[in-house]
Amino acid sequence: MSDSTYPYRASSKPRTPKDKSAVTHVFESDDETLMAQLQEELSFALPQDACHETSGTCIHAINGVELVTDAEGVAYWPAEDTLLVADLHLEKGSSFARRGMLIPPYDTKATLQRLARCLDKWQPKRVIALGDSFHDEQASERLNSKNFKTLQTLMQGRDWIWITGNHDPTPPVGLGGDVMDCLKQGNLVLLHEPQLECEAGEISGHLHPKALLVRRGRRIHRSCFATDRKRMIMPSFGAYTGGLNVFDSAFAGLFDGKQFHALMRGDDQVYRIAAKDLRKKSPG
Amino acid sequence: MAIETAIIEKHNTDEEPVSAFLPTVFKDWFKKRNWIPRPHQMELLARSQQGDSTLLIAPTGAGKTLAGFLPALCDLTTPPKRKPDTPKSDEARGGGIHTLYISPLKALAVDIKRNLEIPIDEMGLPVTVETRTGDTPSHRRQRQKLKPPDILLTTPEQLGLLIAHKDAGHFFQDLRYVVFDELHSLVTSKRGHLLSLGLARLRKLRPDLQTIGLSATVSNPSELCRWLVAQNRDKLNSHEAGLIIVEGGAKPQIKILDSEERLPWSGHSARHAVGEVYESIKKYRTSILFVNTRSQAEFLFQNLWRINEDNLPIALHHGSLDVGQRRKVEAAMSVNALRAVVATSTLDLGIDWGDVDLVIHIGAPKGASRLAQRIGRSNHRMDEPSLAVLVPANRFEVMECQAALDANYLGHQDTPPLRDGALDVLCQHILGMAVAEPFTEDNLYNEIISATPYAELDWNTFERCVHFVATGGYALKTYERYAKIKKTEDGSWRLTHPRFAQQYRMNTGTIYEAPSLTVRLLKFVKRDGKGLAATTRGGRSLGKLEEYFLEQMIYGDTFMFGGQIVRFEGIRENEAIVTPTISKNPMVPMYAGAKFPLTTYLAEHIRDMISDPKRRKKLPTQVADWLKIQGKKSILPKKNQVLVETFPRGDKFYLVAYTFEGRIAHQTLGMLLTKRLERARARPTGFVATDYSICVWGLDDIGAMIADDSLSLDGLFEEDMLGDDLETWMQDSFMLKRTFRHCALIAGLIEKNHPGKEKSGRQVTVSTDLIYDVLREHEPDHILMQATREDAASDLLDIHRVAALLARAKGRIIHRNLDQVSPLAVPIMLEIGRESVVGEANESLLAEAAENLINDAMSV
Repeated sequence: MSDSTYPYRASSKPRTPKDKSAVTHVFESDDETLMAQLQEELSFALPQDACHETSGTCIHAINGVELVTDAEGVAYWPAEDTLLVADLHLEKGSSFARRGMLIPPYDTKATLQRLARCLDKWQPKRVIALGDSFHDEQASERLNSKNFKTLQTLMQGRDWIWITGNHDPTPPVGLGGDVMDCLKQGNLVLLHEPQLECEAGEISGHLHPKALLVRRGRRIHRSCFATDRKRMIMPSFGAYTGGLNVFDSAFAGLFDGKQFHALMRGDDQVYRIAAKDLRKKSPG
Repeated sequence: MAIETAIIEKHNTDEEPVSAFLPTVFKDWFKKRNWIPRPHQMELLARSQQGDSTLLIAPTGAGKTLAGFLPALCDLTTPPKRKPDTPKSDEARGGGIHTLYISPLKALAVDIKRNLEIPIDEMGLPVTVETRTGDTPSHRRQRQKLKPPDILLTTPEQLGLLIAHKDAGHFFQDLRYVVFDELHSLVTSKRGHLLSLGLARLRKLRPDLQTIGLSATVSNPSELCRWLVAQNRDKLNSHEAGLIIVEGGAKPQIKILDSEERLPWSGHSARHAVGEVYESIKKYRTSILFVNTRSQAEFLFQNLWRINEDNLPIALHHGSLDVGQRRKVEAAMSVNALRAVVATSTLDLGIDWGDVDLVIHIGAPKGASRLAQRIGRSNHRMDEPSLAVLVPANRFEVMECQAALDANYLGHQDTPPLRDGALDVLCQHILGMAVAEPFTEDNLYNEIISATPYAELDWNTFERCVHFVATGGYALKTYERYAKIKKTEDGSWRLTHPRFAQQYRMNTGTIYEAPSLTVRLLKFVKRDGKGLAATTRGGRSLGKLEEYFLEQMIYGDTFMFGGQIVRFEGIRENEAIVTPTISKNPMVPMYAGAKFPLTTYLAEHIRDMISDPKRRKKLPTQVADWLKIQGKKSILPKKNQVLVETFPRGDKFYLVAYTFEGRIAHQTLGMLLTKRLERARARPTGFVATDYSICVWGLDDIGAMIADDSLSLDGLFEEDMLGDDLETWMQDSFMLKRTFRHCALIAGLIEKNHPGKEKSGRQVTVSTDLIYDVLREHEPDHILMQATREDAASDLLDIHRVAALLARAKGRIIHRNLDQVSPLAVPIMLEIGRESVVGEANESLLAEAAENLINDAMSV
């Protein structure tokens, strides 16, 4: 037996296995508290940045433009009275159903309900959906009448811009709103996919950023805004959208090493965590 | 060979004793071997020849396997009697399977084939035997379909695939016997539910089918007897297979290791006893060392090798290891090339090992029946006593071991009662039956309720399951056009597209493990700026580890796996790359696998032991002294009492309840107590649960509150759990999301494998956590939510045990408000310390803290 069945290792003293038969529930250091503790204020914040714990928002300047990030996963642009939302992926459920995975058909309803809450809160004059608003090109036709009406109501009385995405390269049918690939306004560039050669002020979606914190044996995995001073990648908003760790290779080259922050979505507020404090999901 | 006394219990006592027909060739073979067929073997043969289905309960080594196959072998050897009025085509076998053997383990099927071929070869019987498992190459499966063997040895999953085939009727047209090995372990899980539905289908194909169940001792044999035969609601008679019980042979010799070392207060590693365990290994020929978890296996194995000065061949065997590695260990075992093997429950079942003469059980066995099973592994011959040593890892475990030991002598059994059939399993089966052939609801319903676990299934629930399979079964009916099955004009349900058949075949089964990665060992790796060089290739697979554990590793971390200490280099595709290393502080992988909680039966014994001075005296001195001081500093509760202690420590106030209801029930109780304490404004901040007790702590003096009546203990343990937000707590818990994921996979809501998409993996599915959140909000009564809640009530929360506990506690709570921690509270208090420790630097701090705690508790 050259490949020994009983490999010999004599020199080490193993650590005691942690006993999982006992489960501690400690309320003192829950996820929210831990994120709050890690939140980095001094080294990163600019004079115009401020965190408003009460309203659950965090003001953040991109290319000099002040944006208010909301724990629901949207951003408000005060100067233009505009709400930004990315990756709604409406009708993702029915898109899977077409392929034989009959997952619950309530995702569109759930997503629109949340969006309605955000619109209610910010009352914006304009909404910009940053692409992948519909999960596939036929998705807008599959909206049931109730959801269709809800969406129409949400759009009523305000400007609405559908930025195209890889999932929805053609404009939705019969809903109205302006369709464009990219919008440049003020100091911001709004588009779906973040570009490697990025113009200052780029606001995008597409990657569904998520950040992982590992502290004291706890893992906190939350969707987030990923940002440096130059650009911001929005979290995905749709009910069935998962996330991609900010250190995934898809993010390669978008930020200068670990010189960026994750604005992690807490239950009621956004926490600003430096990338150096985050963990990779698949190290290598 | 001596013949044991067989005590045969007859179910139909008014019947004449039957006599078995044993063909001459068998008689000669027995004679040549100088054997006499054992009474239970002949009895089983006789009953089978009479046309009955039978359950045989016998201890290991009683010749159970031969007994199970004797009816088939005799029948296959005897030329069919020609009845004058039957047409010729009916009398000769058409070449289909004659006997189906189902075992819970692939390895067991392979092992049985080896054992079965010996008598077949020696007698020159014209019988073919083949195995069919997940490992069987596809060309051989094809051939088996065309030219089936007489006896097919297989697993429940393969049966599921075979009956969901349009040729199933043809393949099973000659089926006469189905033999279920280790039936006791098959029936307790969802696997058993699916198997029972498979059996129902086989019975529909062959109404005269006979079943033979082989089982270890269980607490309620008639449950298994019912499982083996068709149930029928319309008749009052119970439908049970016959029962043959062979009483155990020689009494096992079991002792508890009376360690010279200081007995640990908590923990499960049994590190203190490694030296003594090693000495035992040296004294015997071959030992099996059973542990409860894979982590403990890795840990013990490392520790043994650290002191293995004689270089004894000691091997490691657990479910995560590479198959090749496991086979190597098994082969070495069977030729007696090993002195010891450290193993988890993968070795629990009846695989025939070489000459094992000692079983060492590390940690508490958690149940009397489980212990009996494991001890049965030594010597594997019924008439020689098994030899076993129990090594408790802490003080409570000493009592638990003693209780289990008493039970084994007393012959008590504590196998759990069977659960009703799970609904997610039913959904999977319904799709499978549509894959086989179109079905009508009436016929399928009647077939399904003939399976014991589903005997009580109501029509409405059944219909909901059918609709789930068809369109997802949602109240919002938008998926009609994507239906997988549709009701056609003739009233039968048909598959709408053949791709759903392929989808079904790729996702069948009830065993879904946490996502895992293959761990590959390379001698060295090249790295470039980004991490592992793209040219990294080759290496040996050590086995599989869960993604959850590997995700937390960074380059350079060391951990134990497959008995080696390795360094984590990185992840490439779906493999974790490691290199050999030497490290003082390797991590031990954690596995998500569930641990068994203490059984109710053993818990009762421990309570009795604490209250009974006579039983206490039998315990090792260290434990007896510990209890004695507890009696002085606090109190030893009587058997029917529940002791609650309160005391301050540091800046917090603690409440410990000694309820002995097992970890799962205690977790639920912890949640309940915390909620109620919150309501009573005692400001609780955390709790910890073990198998034996529950500890809650908070910022207010709970003891004082009880003393001045501002907090009522009776109210705290009030029986009525309604209005305690149990439901809310349960639905928020991540454990329930994990349960939902299993249900969704089994029911076929989402796929583990998608045709043509195996490689890409990630994006083909939606996270079940997200689906759960959406479903919970928009259709909380959906059939899958129901299935999830039913699973959770038994697997996660042990609601029944909590209810029983609260009922028992009523009026029997004794409270002690103490100045400081009591001796009995030390183990659970140490668990709190353990959890809050981060990193190795604090190890000495912890030790110091523990020392103080113990001194405080034990100073009289």
